[in-house]
Amino acid sequence: MAEEPVVSSANDDEFKQGSEPGACRNSMLIATDSYEDIAQYLKADVCQSDVPNGKSTSVVGDADDASETSTPDQTVKCQNRVDPEETSVCSEQCTQYDRQEVSSDDSAVGDNSEETATTAVTETGQNSPKETLPDISCINRQLSSLSASDGSPHSVDTDQVCQPASSDVTEPSVTAEEYLSPELDYVHSAQWKNQDKHIFILSKAGKPIYCRYGDEDRLVTLFGVMQALVSFIQSSKDSIRYIVAGDHKFVFLVREHLILVAIAQTKESSTHLLLQLTYIYNQVLSILTLSQLGRIFNMLHNYDLRRLLSGTEKTFDNLLNVMNQDPSFFLCAVRCLPLETSVRDTVAQSIAQNAKVKDLVYAILITNHQLITLVRMKHYFLHPLDLHLIFNLVSATESFKAAESWTPICLPKFDSNGYLHAYISYLDESCDACLLLLTVDKDLFFTLSDCKRKIMEKLTKHHSLKAICESIRRGNYCISEAGIPELRHFLYKSRSTAQFTSPKFEVPYTAEEDRQRLFRLYQHLHYRIHCNSRPLKIMFTVGEYETLLGWVTSGFELYAVFGPLVTKPLAINSINKLLKWIKKEEDRLFILNSPTF
Amino acid sequence: MAVIEIKLCLLGDSGVGKSSIVHRFVYDSFRPYMENTIGAAFLTKTMIVEGRTYKFQIWDTAGQEKYRALAPMYYRGAAAAIIVYDITRESSFHAVKLWLAELKRHASPNIVLAIAGNKNDLEDLREVSYQEAQDCAKSHGAIMIETSAKSAINVASLFVEIGRRLSNLDMTMSLPSSNSNALNVNQRTGQDVKGRRKCCGF
Repeated sequence: MAEEPVVSSANDDEFKQGSEPGACRNSMLIATDSYEDIAQYLKADVCQSDVPNGKSTSVVGDADDASETSTPDQTVKCQNRVDPEETSVCSEQCTQYDRQEVSSDDSAVGDNSEETATTAVTETGQNSPKETLPDISCINRQLSSLSASDGSPHSVDTDQVCQPASSDVTEPSVTAEEYLSPELDYVHSAQWKNQDKHIFILSKAGKPIYCRYGDEDRLVTLFGVMQALVSFIQSSKDSIRYIVAGDHKFVFLVREHLILVAIAQTKESSTHLLLQLTYIYNQVLSILTLSQLGRIFNMLHNYDLRRLLSGTEKTFDNLLNVMNQDPSFFLCAVRCLPLETSVRDTVAQSIAQNAKVKDLVYAILITNHQLITLVRMKHYFLHPLDLHLIFNLVSATESFKAAESWTPICLPKFDSNGYLHAYISYLDESCDACLLLLTVDKDLFFTLSDCKRKIMEKLTKHHSLKAICESIRRGNYCISEAGIPELRHFLYKSRSTAQFTSPKFEVPYTAEEDRQRLFRLYQHLHYRIHCNSRPLKIMFTVGEYETLLGWVTSGFELYAVFGPLVTKPLAINSINKLLKWIKKEEDRLFILNSPTF
Repeated sequence: MAVIEIKLCLLGDSGVGKSSIVHRFVYDSFRPYMENTIGAAFLTKTMIVEGRTYKFQIWDTAGQEKYRALAPMYYRGAAAAIIVYDITRESSFHAVKLWLAELKRHASPNIVLAIAGNKNDLEDLREVSYQEAQDCAKSHGAIMIETSAKSAINVASLFVEIGRRLSNLDMTMSLPSSNSNALNVNQRTGQDVKGRRKCCGF
């Protein structure tokens, strides 16, 4: 069973900062933000745009705890026993916060009839609850006026409207025919309701822009409600962050021109959901840039942004799918293709020497969400958030395989207001590696095309191309290579380089379902360790199917999974062995130097 | 033998089949579910017609509205432009007229224009009559041809016709210089002025 987190003092010293596996050797390859920085950045951005009177704001993680513990049925997905004890760890904290219940009526959620409380958390709610938190009657009034304008006669309950999974038993007076207008019928279809995670993007004016499932046009009323919730709380100089209702969590990201909403029943923490919304928001910026977005909405408040985003739905869908299975997103780190140092150096040199072009900012060679090498202009770093957008663009666009492409792309962390021009071309038909050359000069296509030809010649000459193809074909390494029998799987992130490594999924995580469960466990472990109100250094938990160990130092983050019967000393011993193995293999698993043009 | 290099670009609404036409021409293949083009794709194809070797350098642009502002980058240096519409979609033909107007104003005056009515195999769903398109083309002095990338109708002849017209044009304008074996018929109207941006305001 779960134990209290143990803070180790002895092991910490073993790897002094700078000498841990995968630590960068000279200058950084990729600019790094720690997870805390990102949480901070999210918080700062939200506050700055929405709380003009400078009221002190609660920390994202703090209030998170309150909500995390306020839902009694909160467990890690798929009957994992890790949770109940863990929640008690933080319970002392949550008593400090007065939870404000927006709706206190116990409504049946979905099919289960458990009691659920709807908790809304806003930016300033903690400090001045009376002033800032709307009472339920206000919201009800607002919503019923909203629905009245739609022509439906009945009053709407908060739960019912903003929660796709709520059942409509509370309004017996409404006949089925009246209720089942095509839109509502659609929203109440089991298939739509039972989706694990819904993502919506809407404009400040409430115009639908994107939804993960279904057709935006049929969900207009739902978008209206989301906009109403946001603007209602904004009218009291506050901003909504999330609502917890039973199994569902509604997370809001309010930016200057857009509102993004995640509705999830995946048990992910709101910080993680917020991070995902930020990725989605960055994806929008990467297509349009912040300045263009501002120009459009300043000119035409109710512009239908779908016109400009048409054809990019696939990028969003792909991003959301990948975020649900790839730990690199919540780790804010990049995975590198395992490659011998000599090969990687040759590749980097071939690129650096043959792409000496003025105004070329980055040359990136990637394959299937993994970085092969990155050559950059001096003084310019690439942020993992930006790199993930590039990975996503390439993996979502089959048409790059057919021809050389030339497209503008905005990297929000690099410059959210301008485009870089990207030359995109796969190296070879037989090889899944894609070369991107990013420049600020829009007339460089033919120059860069020529560079690519020369790079290809060099790579073929040095047999690097063959080595890359071979490594791609072989895929990720097996855990057995580390020679630690009790270890099942791990994630290791080197914080200074923002790179991470993990072995391939093997038994017992070969089935999609088990892989998903493991992913959620990692997410949960990550969340608990980085929880702002109570950050942990080491966390050891025993579940029904596995034992988890998380260890964070200033140099690295390690999340390891063992069999359920592994004891604490054995686990500690194993990860020390693992660290030694990673140290030995670091040249292959990480990119430790940072070539420039 | 002189190689005649022809730089051309394809324009037109999203989903009319620009990429499909190019794929049929370059690879002689057809994908029923073609993806959206991102930005623009560049392809080349060399073919020999009537003893002349043509090297086509093709810019296949994306049709979405957000890429609209980038179009000048591709048609400015081009010797020919193919404006594609979908014969089963009236609105896409309307866009052809807008493109013609834009090219008239901003492209090189000697640019060879071609209008391609794609999806010619879907006769049952036709919304744009052949005559209407023909009249429109005539008034602009453009080549007009109905194609089908799916059934490979008229795709090659579209490009051949452009090549023929360009080389005739060139013959009448100037004789090829004897010492060069590559004859360039790109009708560049002077290098476009480059406003070099500094590295993104840093």
